[in-house]
Amino acid sequence: MSSGPIQSMLPHRVLLALLVTLGAVTAPHVLHLPPWMTPLIIVCAAWRYQAGSRGWRLPNRWVLLLLTLVTAGGVVMHYGTFLGRDAGVAMLSLMLGLKLLEMRTRRDTQVVLYLGYFLVVTQFLYSQSLLIAGWMLVTVWALTALLITVNRRTTPSGWFPHSRLAATMVAQALPLMIILFILFPRVPGPLWGMPDDDARGVTGLGDSMTMGEISQLSQSAEVAFRVEFDGPPPAPPQRYWRGPVLPAYDGRSWRQPDDRGAFRPPLEPLGGEIGYSVTLEPHNRSWIFTLDMPVQISTQVTVGSEYQVERRNPVRERIRYDARSALNYRLDPELRDVDPAPYLHVPENRHPRTRELVRDWRGRSDNDDELIERALQHFRDQPFVYTLHPPRLQDDNVDEFLFNTRRGFCEHFAGAFAAMMRIAGIPSRVVTGYQGGEINPTGNYMIVRQSDAHAWVEIWQEDAGWRRVDPTAWVAPERIELGLDGAVPESDQLPAMARRTQSWTRQLALRWDAVNAYWDRWVLAYGPGLQQRLMDSLGLGQWQRMLSALAVAMLVCTGLLALLILWRQPARRPDPAQRAWERFCRRMETTGLPRRPQEGPRDYARRVATARPDLEQDVEGITSHYIALRYGREPHESELQSLHQRVGRFRPRRA
Amino acid sequence: MSVMPTTLRRVAGPWLDRRLGTPRKQVRLAYRRIFVLPTKAGLAFSALLFGIWLGAVNYTNSMAFLLCFLLLGLGLLAMLHTFRNIAGLSVKAEPARPVFAGEAAHFTLRLENPDLRERPALELRYEWEPTVLVDVPAGTDASAVVSVPTKRRGVMKLGQVLIQTTFPTGLVVAWSWLRLDRSCLVYPAPESGSVPDPEGGSGDAGSRPAEGDDDFHSLRRYQPGDSLRQVAWRTLARGQELQTKRFAGNAASSVWLDYDALPQLAMEQRLSRLCRWILDAEAERRPYGLRLPGKRIPPALGADHQERCLRALALFQP
Repeated sequence: MSSGPIQSMLPHRVLLALLVTLGAVTAPHVLHLPPWMTPLIIVCAAWRYQAGSRGWRLPNRWVLLLLTLVTAGGVVMHYGTFLGRDAGVAMLSLMLGLKLLEMRTRRDTQVVLYLGYFLVVTQFLYSQSLLIAGWMLVTVWALTALLITVNRRTTPSGWFPHSRLAATMVAQALPLMIILFILFPRVPGPLWGMPDDDARGVTGLGDSMTMGEISQLSQSAEVAFRVEFDGPPPAPPQRYWRGPVLPAYDGRSWRQPDDRGAFRPPLEPLGGEIGYSVTLEPHNRSWIFTLDMPVQISTQVTVGSEYQVERRNPVRERIRYDARSALNYRLDPELRDVDPAPYLHVPENRHPRTRELVRDWRGRSDNDDELIERALQHFRDQPFVYTLHPPRLQDDNVDEFLFNTRRGFCEHFAGAFAAMMRIAGIPSRVVTGYQGGEINPTGNYMIVRQSDAHAWVEIWQEDAGWRRVDPTAWVAPERIELGLDGAVPESDQLPAMARRTQSWTRQLALRWDAVNAYWDRWVLAYGPGLQQRLMDSLGLGQWQRMLSALAVAMLVCTGLLALLILWRQPARRPDPAQRAWERFCRRMETTGLPRRPQEGPRDYARRVATARPDLEQDVEGITSHYIALRYGREPHESELQSLHQRVGRFRPRRA
Repeated sequence: MSVMPTTLRRVAGPWLDRRLGTPRKQVRLAYRRIFVLPTKAGLAFSALLFGIWLGAVNYTNSMAFLLCFLLLGLGLLAMLHTFRNIAGLSVKAEPARPVFAGEAAHFTLRLENPDLRERPALELRYEWEPTVLVDVPAGTDASAVVSVPTKRRGVMKLGQVLIQTTFPTGLVVAWSWLRLDRSCLVYPAPESGSVPDPEGGSGDAGSRPAEGDDDFHSLRRYQPGDSLRQVAWRTLARGQELQTKRFAGNAASSVWLDYDALPQLAMEQRLSRLCRWILDAEAERRPYGLRLPGKRIPPALGADHQERCLRALALFQP
């Protein structure tokens, strides 16, 4: 039973379906696998196919063991480890490929199918889109149909019944899945550390800014987060999403200080409060984005001395939080308890030409405000160009940018402006985050993309406190009003979704984004936090209550499914011959000679013939036709007609 | 699964008896007669689910949770579907043809499916005998032959037959024990090898013709005790082995097969010898009668007569 000729265990068509399904499961991984692995797996599959159809021999166990060791070594060489996401997926794909060469028994095939299920999961570490969800349903269906086919030890009448049964089972499992998804207690992860490669390819703002970094990020149309506002959304010039604040300057790049104070400076809201919910895509950093300036936030965060909102753990999964912000505010007007020195620091020997320029301005200005005005005017009057593709800067980047290239992206303007302010003796710092956002009319929410990444400057002045100044707005006001698309030259390459032109493909894409937004918001962001909030609102906040609700829901749902599945569909109506025979028996009852319950047709006919010789001929004819139709090898249609006629004509009189 | 350790049998036996009931002609697999447990493959599947769950928690991956719960749902549904595959089935055993002790009795089980659904891949097994597989199409019936080895003569009851299925997924097994009220008549095993002819026939010695080639019937291997007059000397002269001539006249004259004429043998051996004699006599078309203590069947020939005699041997109680 468990062993035997491999051809008979897996008929040709089943084997083919199995290989195709496993191919579909592995295919999305091809891009992550080492380049030599895909051909290896294809060779394994082809070999197994030939073994099934042409009787090729499968390699013996020692050869296979050697091959496993060598290729596993190859994976470790390629990734430097066999742990972690990429290496783990490669190992799994490798095991699947090699297991194909060992697939001799029913059990081996079952192992292969289980590996297939597991490989489906690993795909979610790369993408969790709706399309992938659909793909999951299809692959689970196919794997289940194969599981049924492989497990069945008799020959099925065709592939269709199993496919249909698998589809039925997957459909019936969906309500159970939904109940478990909502009510099964979620444990906050991670359970063990994750190697860094898990976050590779995740884009987002970093903890430092060197000129040229944000322009890189801005070329991605990936969604950074989505926002629903409680009321109308703020006007475009108000859409500053605060991210990492970078006060430490070394003359080249702006970064976060090594020791950030836990001290939170006083914030005085001055009206214009706005409430909103954010669904934040994972970006593998701990920052949380809020509108300038946050006054309230629903998730566990710390607000640092720079008014930067952070979570304790990096955001590795989609999260959702509610927040309130004050659009008008006064932040730390006295700069109490804070040493202003770091906000004024510029290394001595840096930016000599800029220093000269600022000194000149200072001499011609009566106060700070005038000097600030002059600096901003400088950006507007001189031929500065706002572009996604600024030239590379070699040595003193601020001097080079201000006096030579004069082509830059937001970080050039912000960095240069902040440096100028510091030279002028005005405390300043660079703030990075996102500026803008596009309202999706379908679903009425705002999409903020990586292409909206931005950098601006905060300067401190007596009484006013920390004030936002965005030098980019002086160079390219369209950037703030219209977004990146309206600000950069036509010749700059931008991803299609970062352009705001109105085309039907874009409309369609926005609709699709709206569907995805719901998916992200209610399915993918559903973690321990959101579950707790939902349960609280349902009155199931305590875990005992939640577990009871889970048990009850599962029992009820399984009970209903059991009713559906075990509902006995009545057997087919008796066949026409049977019906004709029953009619004959009813007619005979009127003669006073009813058929006895255990009496077969032949015995009955014999008894009738003895008791009523006058009926013998008719009864004999009907009985023999009935027997031929019911038990004969291949009854003919004409025989059935003849039976019907005979029964129809049969009108026995009482004796 | 049908062979349980004795201690378990002692504890579970009464409970099983209550659930399965006493043997009857036809058993309908009602819900309470059916048992369901995961298979080894099902346990491995649970381990797989646990692995997926761990991964889902570690990566806080909602889709991994979705798949984990979808597969868990599939596992639960597998239980229901597997259960459904045998629930409501009616099984009856057809009478088994008598066999000789040592042969396998073949019971034909008729499985009636009253539902509109096919019931594929049902497995029937008697103790550790090979499994019989059968598909029962929708709304009709199918039959499967279960072989039960026999050891002793007499009436052998079918006992309980395991019926189980892992269809559709193989993750879960649903089973029941069919306690069917059927038995098979087991004749004594006919003695093998060479046996002496039944002697002491009923006064038929005079009618045996000494010669007469026209009555010659057949040749048979010589056995100790055969008359030297009947040895086929001619074939012996041709270098063949010693053979005894059989005459048609011999066959025509009836012989009594007598239990009491074999005092040197134990009871079962006597019955075996008698059985062999009956088969030989029937093959030779020689009328035979059977004398057992307390029973006497007059000489005759034919299948019915043979059956009657063999039945008497099978049911013989001293």
